[in-house]
Amino acid sequence: MPADTEVPPVVDMSSITIRFPGVLALDGVDFRLFPGEVHSLMGENGAGKSTLIKALTGVYAVDSGQITVAGQQRVLTSTSDAQDAGISTVYQEVNLSPNLSVGENVMLGHEPRKARGIDWRAAHLEAAHHLESLGLAIDTRSTLSTHSIAVQQLVAISRAMVLDAKVLVLDEPTSSLDRGEVERLFAVIRDLRAKGVAILFVSHFLNQVYEISDRITVLRNGRLIGEHLASELPRSELVAKMIGRELDELAALSSVAEREIDRTATPVLRATGIGRQGDLEPVDVEVYPGEVVGIAGLLGSGRTELVRLLYGADRADTGQIEVKGTSARMTSPRQAIDRRIAFSSEDRRGEGIIGDLTVAENIVLGIQARRGAMRRIPRAEADAVVKEYIEALGVRPADPSMLAGNLSGGNQQKVLLGRWLATAPELLILDEPTRGIDVGAKADIQRKVAELSARGLSVIFISSELEEVLRIAQRVIVMRDRRKIGEVSPQETDLSGLVEYIANKTEETAA
Amino acid sequence: MKRIVRHRLFWPVVALISLIVINTIARPQFIGVTVRDGELYGALIDILRNSAPLMLVALGMTIVIATRGIDLSVGAVMAVSGAVALTIIDGSPDPEGVGTVTIAVVTALAVALVLGSWNGFLVAIGGIQPIIATLVLMLAGRGVALLITEGFITTVNSAPYSFISSGYIVGLPVAFLIAAVAITTLALLERRTALGVLTEAVGINPAASRLAGVRARGIVFSAYVATGLLAGVAGILYSANIRAADANATGQFIELYAILAVVLGGTSLAGGKFTIAGTVIGVLIIQTLESTILFLGVPAAQSPVFFAIVVIVVVVVQSPQLHAWVRKLARSRQSANTDAPQKVKVAS
Repeated sequence: MPADTEVPPVVDMSSITIRFPGVLALDGVDFRLFPGEVHSLMGENGAGKSTLIKALTGVYAVDSGQITVAGQQRVLTSTSDAQDAGISTVYQEVNLSPNLSVGENVMLGHEPRKARGIDWRAAHLEAAHHLESLGLAIDTRSTLSTHSIAVQQLVAISRAMVLDAKVLVLDEPTSSLDRGEVERLFAVIRDLRAKGVAILFVSHFLNQVYEISDRITVLRNGRLIGEHLASELPRSELVAKMIGRELDELAALSSVAEREIDRTATPVLRATGIGRQGDLEPVDVEVYPGEVVGIAGLLGSGRTELVRLLYGADRADTGQIEVKGTSARMTSPRQAIDRRIAFSSEDRRGEGIIGDLTVAENIVLGIQARRGAMRRIPRAEADAVVKEYIEALGVRPADPSMLAGNLSGGNQQKVLLGRWLATAPELLILDEPTRGIDVGAKADIQRKVAELSARGLSVIFISSELEEVLRIAQRVIVMRDRRKIGEVSPQETDLSGLVEYIANKTEETAA
Repeated sequence: MKRIVRHRLFWPVVALISLIVINTIARPQFIGVTVRDGELYGALIDILRNSAPLMLVALGMTIVIATRGIDLSVGAVMAVSGAVALTIIDGSPDPEGVGTVTIAVVTALAVALVLGSWNGFLVAIGGIQPIIATLVLMLAGRGVALLITEGFITTVNSAPYSFISSGYIVGLPVAFLIAAVAITTLALLERRTALGVLTEAVGINPAASRLAGVRARGIVFSAYVATGLLAGVAGILYSANIRAADANATGQFIELYAILAVVLGGTSLAGGKFTIAGTVIGVLIIQTLESTILFLGVPAAQSPVFFAIVVIVVVVVQSPQLHAWVRKLARSRQSANTDAPQKVKVAS
């Protein structure tokens, strides 16, 4: 039920400005949150969403502007200030203690006491009561880490309920949930909304935003673009507002898939029967010069396992690999790199970016590793390379001395792409390069891949977004249950055809 | 000014200077350096010379910590190295010969190199947690030293060997010069080649570094080898100073002092970014503090407590949390002042 504007807002932020060294993160942004509504905050990475949330939750101090919570002007200088004001936050990465019990996590810091210490019986009873109100009937004495991320997320929300939150901030709560878990979370959100809690929701998934939101506020480059009722804002208009440019750019890429690939040439990479016990049934893969091969399949279908074997990140125990016609043993990433194969992992923070090094050091890392520790790349050469890729890929802010960990996800992905392109690879393996990044950066990366492949680079492209795979690849390998179930051509298959194939195609007999 | 205060070596340098100032106020001759026969003497020179073993060990510890590791065996390696050198000199017919001493030192360093490689092997190739892997040698090393000296404290009189610790070259103590050469070599190696940045990359994110093609194993391995070698040199300096190989007393607790020096200098125990200059200052702080205790005549029984109190103060002063808290306090003071009724300047 959309909140009507007659009720005073529970949160009213006006003219919020936050400045970081060299960046104006928020520029006079207004934001309102009404009781009993779900309000989505939308914008590209770097638009200022996280900064606004952190201003509201007391992580960042505002440079100017006012925050009023429940009619009372507040200066929020710490997260406990925000909690006192009735604002609770559930972050993307669950901020709980995995090795404590569920009940301990829910009640942490608010345990009921008796004469001698904490009354654990009462604490667990109360925790169970809170969990039940979210429809969660689990043993409060079980260890938190034994539960799925979805359950942990719900535990984090019930923790917010203990604090009797008037405002609940959900920052990307669904990014690691499957469809059923999302449904469950949404049911809880609707329930809380009915109880009059104001919910600030942030997600990259447009479908979910439209499914749950009453109101949408759009930010771009630290400025407020507009506040709309979700029912009155068409999807295409929302995207246009977020990226501030025409969507046609994405559509223009569709011609890429139609490019002719010479499949009589020697393949850049040919793997036959490559597999690993427990990870992947033997698979055949061929990639020709200038070709983009997509890999489609659900999470856990073996796509990541396959490319890790091709790159030598994990060791294959069956099969052969040929690189440009000569057989190669891939037992470590170094061997793949020496044969001009590059691999960008799906785990950007864990296996990609070196967060505490600068953007420049991250970009140069690939070529430096190739040259070895003793031959440092001269300063001038490094600067030139860094400048080239920051410009070519549009890394923002274009500051080589910034710590890479402080960049938004999309820009980190661009830095990684820069690291690998600088090594002049002949085969580039990209595992989920566009996951969790905004539409603008997504378009930039797709365009770059199309451009590079047109110039002869071979690419293996993995993405959960099938539309993206169909748009960018000339051939799509389909995987299911740790095996390859076939190949399709994007010219002959549309999205529904591909979905059907992934879901129902019976395995091809080995030809 | 703000930039100077924010520099990560600011607080360590302040701590060091404060210690020197306190000493000078207590006894003005502390700061004095006299020249005798073209050689420099004075409390400050003593500090530079006496800090050499800890300096060498802490330099190695810095690199190991940067790779997310730790090396607890440095004291034991010192003991072994000293034992090897002195046993060779003791058993030689010509303990005063330069040739004998050279052989002794080279052999001792070779043994230290082997011990460092053993640590490196366990950590980099064996994948054993550094604290456990080096604990093995920490415990076993002193036993090995005792085996070498056959359970005795080997003492020797060898002028060339003593020269390593107490001699002078161009007016400066040899021990200090050895430490200076180690500092310079390491600094050049880390910053002029890419070793420094690749070490940091491995320390910050080992998985990402491996996928980026960094030879992480080689870098981790070489860090332990270098630390072993540096501890070997420290062992020679130590035994040359006391002219004895004492398997139990040599380098006792030095691993803890070295870790303390690294942390005082501003390198995080979590690995990654490291600063050699910071470690040098950290070592000098510790050594100056020890001299201060002697200088101020703190009774021996109370000196550990005194030492601990000063270290706590230095660590707390450096804490980023404290800085944030002070800034916040200053800011709320400021805004409280501006909120208070003020004379309003009438716009002209």
